[in-house]
Amino acid sequence: MLTTIIVIAALAIIFGLILGFAAIRFKVEGDPIVDKIDAILPQTQCGQCTYPGCRPYAEAISKGEADINQCPPGGEAVINELADLLGVDAKPLNEEHGEHAENKTVVYIDEQICIGCTLCIQACPVDAIVGAAKLMHTVIESECTGCDLCIPVCPVDCIYIRNVSETTSNWKWPSPETNKVNS
Amino acid sequence: MKLWKIFGGLKLKGNKSMSMKHATQDAPLPKILTLPLKQHIGCATEPCVKVGDTVLKGQMIAEAKDYISTPIHAPSSGKIVAIEKHKVPHPSGISTDCIVLETDGKEQWLECKANANYRQLEANEVRNIIRDAGIVGLGGAGFPSYIKLNTEQTNAIDTLILNGAECEPYITCDAMLMQEQSRKIIDGLNVMRHALHARQCVIAVEDNKRAAHTMLVNALHEHEVEYIDIIQVPTLYPAGGEKQLIKIITGKEVPSNGLPLNIGVVCHNVATAAAIADAVLEGKPLINRYVTVTGEGVDHPSNLNVLFGTPFSDLVNLCKRNNKAEQFIMGGPMMGFEVYTDDIPVIKTSNCILVQAKESKTEFVMPCIRCGKCAEVCPAQLLPQQLYWYARAKNFDKVQDHNIYDCIECGCCSYVCPSHIPLVQYYRFAKTEIYALEQEKEKSDIARQRHEFRQFRLERKKAENEERKRQKRELLKKVNGDKASNDKSSAEEAKKSAIEAAMARVKAKRDSQSITPANTDNLTAQQKKSIAEADARRKKAQKES
Repeated sequence: MLTTIIVIAALAIIFGLILGFAAIRFKVEGDPIVDKIDAILPQTQCGQCTYPGCRPYAEAISKGEADINQCPPGGEAVINELADLLGVDAKPLNEEHGEHAENKTVVYIDEQICIGCTLCIQACPVDAIVGAAKLMHTVIESECTGCDLCIPVCPVDCIYIRNVSETTSNWKWPSPETNKVNS
Repeated sequence: MKLWKIFGGLKLKGNKSMSMKHATQDAPLPKILTLPLKQHIGCATEPCVKVGDTVLKGQMIAEAKDYISTPIHAPSSGKIVAIEKHKVPHPSGISTDCIVLETDGKEQWLECKANANYRQLEANEVRNIIRDAGIVGLGGAGFPSYIKLNTEQTNAIDTLILNGAECEPYITCDAMLMQEQSRKIIDGLNVMRHALHARQCVIAVEDNKRAAHTMLVNALHEHEVEYIDIIQVPTLYPAGGEKQLIKIITGKEVPSNGLPLNIGVVCHNVATAAAIADAVLEGKPLINRYVTVTGEGVDHPSNLNVLFGTPFSDLVNLCKRNNKAEQFIMGGPMMGFEVYTDDIPVIKTSNCILVQAKESKTEFVMPCIRCGKCAEVCPAQLLPQQLYWYARAKNFDKVQDHNIYDCIECGCCSYVCPSHIPLVQYYRFAKTEIYALEQEKEKSDIARQRHEFRQFRLERKKAENEERKRQKRELLKKVNGDKASNDKSSAEEAKKSAIEAAMARVKAKRDSQSITPANTDNLTAQQKKSIAEADARRKKAQKES
């Protein structure tokens, strides 16, 4: 009887120590699920989900404060991936937050009209606009995520949306479904 | 030599004899040559000439800026008249940047540096010559050849294969080249062997090209080397695919996602060998190639030796275009793609221009009946049906699980499909979609980094501002504290002394420069009078005050 208690107690202490050591040695910094969600989100940082960026939205999802269907740039693909990751049912995009556009867009600045106010530079979440006060601004097309946050802040409305230019390197073969002859 | 069998494949009607009736002739020099900056996979080149420059034949006009890229040379002498967007041979019909060269008809060559004694050069020097000559694989894909001759990071090369199989119907440019330039091909093979240190070399020719085989054997007799074998492989589509040919000759399979290098084999096209012979032995860059112009749309199908940049329309007209010429395909009927105009230039990868009438009867696409014929003919031993279902459902993860990237787009599955399903179209669609998704992923990672850095930068700026304010506040506090402790007048005194010091400095400066008003000399009587008047007025005013 006594031996049993001693053995059990000893085992408990040993395992407790192992667990305690493991908790310190393999401590996980931050919330790994947030990183996983963040990796799925399209990183446009557009704020259409009502959160100030993709990571805050990821945090909100992980806490259960936000739904998975609030990301218009990601559209159905992102919703499905999130549903897979979180083990919930996929649902259609919440239209309140905007519509999913098939074509990727970027913005460009009409440099003739730009007055160099720097407001768009401050609004750009990925530092894709270069320029200085009272000097012409321009958009680095390859870095622009198409979030359109710079458009409302422009006082002279010189920023326009345009489709990403199609080149031979980003051109895609069309799906045969689109031009299929139906029997 | 023992040959191996490949899985699947098809026996197709060759349609090759029609374009092999005449010897290859040189296409006439066109007035305008259009040279796309991007002619093959990899990075686009950057022009190193300006509009208005005069260039010589063989002069480099665009340089490679990346590893998977090769320079472009002027195919003839003349003047650069524009660098602008022009239609290029691409299935999309998109226009890309091209250098437009107006030829002067003189065909004046740049001085060529021949290296007849290439055996004294190091392997990497030979590779550099090949890279600088702009040589890419001329079989169709156009991968830069110098990379495929680089074996420094891998094991020794056992077998170097020259691919003269040319299995696709209609195309005969390699067959003609082997007949007409067999010695050059053997020379090129020797250069490649020198760069690779390969143990043995094999030239593979399909057994329907007897003339080519005979010419190569004759050329080989002159060289008297024992390490080169010329073998005939059975005519079977797609025996000329790189992986398939390697399997037929060595019995080894190239691993999925691997390279032939991994199993000690390197495979080059015969036309590439001829180009390498030109580049190394004569110092001439790649500026021309053999092009087959054939099909029912031309009355005089033949092979032409064409300068890059020559418009398709010139070649089609040279081969006597007839009224059936409605559809232009670059490449063969199986793996080629339709181009929607003939106003496009010949580029490094243009092996064949197939001119056809538009297919009048539309073959109805019927549902898949799971007959399994596609799986029987697939030379890559994939499951075409599964790939089709998943590609159609846009389930790209599953498509990748079924090894879509091992598909060589040979078209055997579509050819045998009794339901006429355009299977290859689905695979091409899926491949580019997957590629686009990967690009997007990469872009979003960059966006995340940039956003995080911006966040960090704003925080840092805020912290720095706080710190500056805090320091200023402390300084103020210190000054105020001093004030409180000392006599109040001391601050004023300090101010006063500062003013005095400043005045003293000004005085000292003035003294040191001994400035005297210099504008009072040589005055006219009128000026002296007005000065005197002004002085009088001032004195009067002082008195009154």
